[in-house]
Amino acid sequence: MRRDVFQAIADPTRREIINLVAYQSLNLNAIAEKFDVSRPAISQHIKILTECGLVILKKQGRERYCEAKLNQLSEVSDWIERFRKLWEDRFNALDNVLEEMIVKPKRIRKK
Amino acid sequence: MATKNETKVSVEPGRQELFITREFEAPRELVFKAFTDPKLIVKWLGPRMLKMKLDKFEPKSGGSYRYLHVDPNGNEFGFHGVVHDLTAPERIIQTFEFEGLPESGHVVLETVKFEALPGNRTRIINQSVFQSVEDRDGMVKSGMEWGVNESHQRLDELFETMK
Repeated sequence: MRRDVFQAIADPTRREIINLVAYQSLNLNAIAEKFDVSRPAISQHIKILTECGLVILKKQGRERYCEAKLNQLSEVSDWIERFRKLWEDRFNALDNVLEEMIVKPKRIRKK
Repeated sequence: MATKNETKVSVEPGRQELFITREFEAPRELVFKAFTDPKLIVKWLGPRMLKMKLDKFEPKSGGSYRYLHVDPNGNEFGFHGVVHDLTAPERIIQTFEFEGLPESGHVVLETVKFEALPGNRTRIINQSVFQSVEDRDGMVKSGMEWGVNESHQRLDELFETMK
């Protein structure tokens, strides 16, 4: 089963859970209360988030608290940035092609 | 050298699409031509360091295309698709599939819009719709790996000149 940051944030409920615990650690009950979905469903989402490393569970007394570990999220923006760079290189090359077409229109347009 | 226009990529979590936007200092007809003329497209679509070979190129509604990126070791990466709609000089809608995936059938629907801007400028909006969120994220990641490979190759180049 795929477990990475992309999968963690692919689901809207999981994104909301991340938002909730980003500011303060919350116990599982407090998180479940904020959602209409069933408690086992929330537990499942939290399980996925922990497996993706975005959330850790800490025991305090009898409660388990959910704490966010968000430094991994920057991984996603790194991926996107590199993908963007790929297109940037391509489009910079296209700039040169266009410039050549403008400077030497006849040579290019002749078939 | 003039500052380059910014290439924007929009990848929202949990969605099956992504957008790539870029403006060009050239009129729309020219930009469209650079996308649809076989002599021109090979000059820019291939990633740097890879040679681009057109196997088939029919830029018209109902046409199809196949091209290869060839790396310095002769490895070929194939891509193909069919053109659903080509309306000069404003729109190209086509499918896109990378042949190097472990299984075939992961197809992308690509819409490229060419918007004429004042001052003989053009904006391109490229929307890619994937079959699943996983397909899209996989594509973004492989783009990353590609980018990394490329920068490694550039380092190799640099080291070569330092010898």
